[in-house]
Amino acid sequence: MAVIDLANPTRFLTLVNRVLPWLVAATILAFAFGLVRVVHAPDDYQQGATVKIMFLHVPAAWLGMMGWGLMTLAALGTLVWRHPLADVAGKAAAPIGAAFTFICLVTGSLWGRPTWGTYWVWDARLTSVLVLFLLYLGVLALYWTAEDPGRGSRAAAILTLVGAINIPIIKFSVEWWNTLHQPASILRMGGSAIDPSILIPLLVMTGAFTLLFFTLHLAAMRNEILRRRVRTMRLAEAARA
Amino acid sequence: MNLGPHADFIIAAYAATGIVVAILIAWVTLDYSAQQRILHNLEKRGVTRRSRPADQP
Amino acid sequence: MSMFLAIFARDMRLSVRAGGGALMGALFYLIVVVMMPFALGPDLALLARIGPAILWLGALLASLLALDRLFATDHDDGSLDLLMMSKLPLELAIAAKAIAHWLTTALPLVIITPVLGLMLNIELGAMGWVALTLLAGTPALTFIGLIGAALSVALRRGGLLLAVLVLPLTIPVLIFGVAAANAAITGATSFGPAFTILCALSLASLVLGPFAAATALRHGLE
Repeated sequence: MAVIDLANPTRFLTLVNRVLPWLVAATILAFAFGLVRVVHAPDDYQQGATVKIMFLHVPAAWLGMMGWGLMTLAALGTLVWRHPLADVAGKAAAPIGAAFTFICLVTGSLWGRPTWGTYWVWDARLTSVLVLFLLYLGVLALYWTAEDPGRGSRAAAILTLVGAINIPIIKFSVEWWNTLHQPASILRMGGSAIDPSILIPLLVMTGAFTLLFFTLHLAAMRNEILRRRVRTMRLAEAARA
Repeated sequence: MNLGPHADFIIAAYAATGIVVAILIAWVTLDYSAQQRILHNLEKRGVTRRSRPADQP
Repeated sequence: MSMFLAIFARDMRLSVRAGGGALMGALFYLIVVVMMPFALGPDLALLARIGPAILWLGALLASLLALDRLFATDHDDGSLDLLMMSKLPLELAIAAKAIAHWLTTALPLVIITPVLGLMLNIELGAMGWVALTLLAGTPALTFIGLIGAALSVALRRGGLLLAVLVLPLTIPVLIFGVAAANAAITGATSFGPAFTILCALSLASLVLGPFAAATALRHGLE
């Protein structure tokens, strides 16, 4: 099956139906393996067992960024190459990326409380993630409040691209702002991640979460295609009445 | 497994993640069955995706 | 060129008329800045310390409020469709409108800043610097804002959605605007880098804004 066939929604659906069970199985296996490694991971000399929160926080941060990257590719597909399934891909990715960004913020906050003493710190990285979350909310607002799905998708695609250009600028500004207002902090969230006994669980969990993302994404794309099919059928029914 | 003095935070973090992931999975699954049900009902009523009825050229 | 100037002149004339709302932005700015001491308390030392931040936030919110007006009236009476069909590239038409908008909405803000600075106990010399940073930074606010204005015109939801879309994108402008103002006042850090980056943001948005807004209008209104 050529790549061009993926542009056909019906053929895409057949592909998803075939692939999805395998993806689900792979995801479950990856998490089983990852969680075992997490349980056996040693304590950090500085942070103790709370380093285990990092195995959630770092994958979530990665997926938040990857989600926006995926949406950016989808946006280019929608606006530049007019690929039929591009806007479906973007709309499906947005809530999942937003959810993982939210997980990143929550786990970051819970990690900060025992290590830094407060639930929220205006640390450069956490603040950048917060702004990313706000951008996600904006894109979700455009996708979900539009009466016409095509129009809403195009608007969301534009905002995604504007966001993609802006996110590096925002990150740079926030880091600049942070160094201006606070001295360099000794406790970095990266910590001692270099040691293999910590690195391996981190990589496995990252892989497991990434598989989860793509499983959810394909399933959500399938739902969106079905939803549009329902809408077309209802419009056709109304046209004939 | 000894989670040390800050066990509550570690458990809370894993619980929060689990809840959000569960919500995502539920959303995807329930939406799928809902769309399938609607499509099934529409097809039973004889609605197609074409604007003209099937018997007309 | 004459088409560009014609659109510019038209927008200027429209906004200074009675229903144009040119001074509404300045009025809102005034109100927001006056409300701040009620919330913070009349401690003059505190107000002087955070004065530049208050002025910048007020200017940001006032700009946001006025942005709604940029495309909405033209969309309602159909002149937006005419603009899109004209020979002048849509990007330039939008730029003309945006410049007119900035002159009538943001410039009054900059002009009344010294008066408001008095209320916040900012000293005279410092107020000049704050006004300068606002002069350099409000174009960025206008041109980034018009992306949100174009997106929400196309979707007919406007208002609050516009604010949600635009505010995160304006965070860098806010950061560097306040940093530059504070640098000039306290001298703790140097004014140059922050101000240069602020100007860079304004110049970049001068280009990015109209292009993104034109794309938004074309795709949204097709």
